[in-house]
Amino acid sequence: MVSLNFIHPPDFKNITRNKKIEIIPIPKKVILPLSQHAGAPSEPVVNAGDSVKTGSLIAQAKGFISSNLHSSISGKVIAIEESSHPVIGSSRAIIIESDGQDIKTYLDSVPAKDILGLSKEEIMTLIKEAGIVGLGGAAFPLSVKLSPPPAKKINSLIINGAECEPFLTCDHRLMLEKPKEIILGAQLIAKVLGVKDITIGIEENKLNAIESLNSASFRLKAEELKVKVVRLKTRYPQGGEKQLIKTLLNKEVPSGGLPLDIGIVVNNAQTVFAVYEAVYLRKPLYERVITISGSFSNIAKNILVRIGTPIKDVLDYCGLSPKLDIYKIVMGGPMTGVAQCNLNAPIIKGTSGILVMDKRCKLEGEELECIRCSRCIEACPAGLMPCMIGLSAKKEKFDIASSYDPFDCIECGSCSFVCPSNIPLVQLIKLAKLKIKRQ
Amino acid sequence: MNKLTVSPSPHIKSGQTTKKIMWAVVWSLVPAGIAGIYIFGISSLNVMVLSILSCIFTEALLLKFRNKDPKAVLDGSAILTGLLLAYNLPPQIPFWIPIIGGVVSIILGKQIFGGLGQNIFNPALVGRAFLQISWPVYMTTWKNPRWWPDAVSSATPLAKEVSSHFSYIDLFLGNHAGSLGEVCVIALLIGAIFLLFTKIISLHIPLSFIVTVGVITWTFGREGFFKGDFIFNILSGGLILGAFFMATDYVTSPLTKKGKIIFGIGCGVLTAIIRLRGGYPEGVCYSILFMNAAVPIIDRFTKTIKYGFVKK
Repeated sequence: MVSLNFIHPPDFKNITRNKKIEIIPIPKKVILPLSQHAGAPSEPVVNAGDSVKTGSLIAQAKGFISSNLHSSISGKVIAIEESSHPVIGSSRAIIIESDGQDIKTYLDSVPAKDILGLSKEEIMTLIKEAGIVGLGGAAFPLSVKLSPPPAKKINSLIINGAECEPFLTCDHRLMLEKPKEIILGAQLIAKVLGVKDITIGIEENKLNAIESLNSASFRLKAEELKVKVVRLKTRYPQGGEKQLIKTLLNKEVPSGGLPLDIGIVVNNAQTVFAVYEAVYLRKPLYERVITISGSFSNIAKNILVRIGTPIKDVLDYCGLSPKLDIYKIVMGGPMTGVAQCNLNAPIIKGTSGILVMDKRCKLEGEELECIRCSRCIEACPAGLMPCMIGLSAKKEKFDIASSYDPFDCIECGSCSFVCPSNIPLVQLIKLAKLKIKRQ
Repeated sequence: MNKLTVSPSPHIKSGQTTKKIMWAVVWSLVPAGIAGIYIFGISSLNVMVLSILSCIFTEALLLKFRNKDPKAVLDGSAILTGLLLAYNLPPQIPFWIPIIGGVVSIILGKQIFGGLGQNIFNPALVGRAFLQISWPVYMTTWKNPRWWPDAVSSATPLAKEVSSHFSYIDLFLGNHAGSLGEVCVIALLIGAIFLLFTKIISLHIPLSFIVTVGVITWTFGREGFFKGDFIFNILSGGLILGAFFMATDYVTSPLTKKGKIIFGIGCGVLTAIIRLRGGYPEGVCYSILFMNAAVPIIDRFTKTIKYGFVKK
């Protein structure tokens, strides 16, 4: 057993923590990439020219690890073609033009049946059909996460409300504004897994969210189900799945394994909310809450946005003036987010925020030699020696790099954050992983 | 809209830089330098200036020679080497000795290995060891504090025949002969506390180093066991300077906490052996150099234990 290392970057959450979730207007056009989840791209079930409604299935899961995709507006499919993607550069996408009506398909199918009477299998089917993936960022299909091999018994369900990435407050706002729904969603997942214990971990920079979930869980007490809301220290990457398990349950996921292997399932708070909507409202996953933040506090907001909305439309809504001195636009948090070069790229299921940064965020300083200060080692939450992997990779000595366990790296960026010599350690580790895999 | 910058994550940084670290260590050494000037007079300052200038000049020349940007000389590491070298020299030493020491430190101690971050041995100690072997008389002729009646040619407290004349308080304040930056323990500790407080160094190396010296000199310091004067041994010579400022040099010490403790204990054992049984009265310099050479092997056997480690 190791004790975990963490770093303490400034959290910048004051910018948006008190801003209510705003619903932004429906975009004129959405771009829905077929790859916005971990696993195989979905297979289109519509053709160019087809009319779709909000919530219509437009592409279905192909293979076990994959996910359904739904239209996020009503209108007409204008093309299925290669289009810009915020994370992987480009990918095949279904492009839909809005008819301005926003006619929803699922409203007719609202269940008459008592939700508590639904069986495990029925809930699972609803989750699978709704195309829910992990909304914390990794976008792993939820149905896969909830189907452990029969030999593996799941004992604990963890709801991840840590939201440790600086700037982001979308989960925080959702936990404040929709606590009841999150608890009900968690109860559904607990039922699917046959779990009696639910632990919700929230960092202590969100005390009001802890309070709101606590009171919601008290009011919605379900029989035989224990819900515990735990206050976590604010530190990065506290919300990493493995780190959260260690902090909450003092268990370690064995190297190379999954939380399933030790009987644990972890789900992000917003994912749980999506489960609530899928089961109680029969609503597929076609919108999500994201945080717009960064250097310009006048545009900072928490918004509910349709998946597929181009980044540009979102920023226009928030009032970003092209006259501003914009230096960098990042999708996601500042520690792991991806810098964008094309603002036509859409918001996808895994998008948690857009950060607009000005010149003050420029990272000064050229890369220097490693001075072996060991700050990266003391920062690594996986207990690795990032400098050894990174420097071996830099010298193309991948056999040495592999002896320092690069595959246990969770790519949180802490090592690069602390490195006084500006060595891009996390990139070098990613490179090492890639090269070793190819060998 | 202007052009957007694209760069890999993370998009924020801690703000700590190699340059800031080097300069922080330089600043932390200032109290000991001031004490050195106060105790031994202006000759201490001369030695420091000559040593630093020699290091900077040599470093700039070598960087140019190696087709690197000579501006890198401002990263603070050459100044630090010069300062540390000066602190290891007697205050009244002839002017050309710190100059040669600086050249040797930078060339043989640092640039020959590839410059910053690449050297195996602490550059300042390489310089000092070179001078010690080449000009042993100059290197062991000490000047007394300014206010003592006999100005020159005293012995350091560590020389066996004089070791009983000093009170702990004299040793602590630096009221005795010795190398210009090592005598005033209190000034060194002020700098050390600053480095510990700003987390530039950790206690692993200094504590294990000093405790080891203390335990061994206490146990074996005199006839019979557990009668040695360990407080004297800790306060005298270059132990405090060496343990907090030289053995903790990032480049030439192990990476992990476990490794650092082993390194510190190794330094302590060697220092104590040299002091108690060796031909030299002082062993800090050689023990650190010796342990520097052992760092790669210490690193190899003291890897961190990763998250989710499974015994095979």
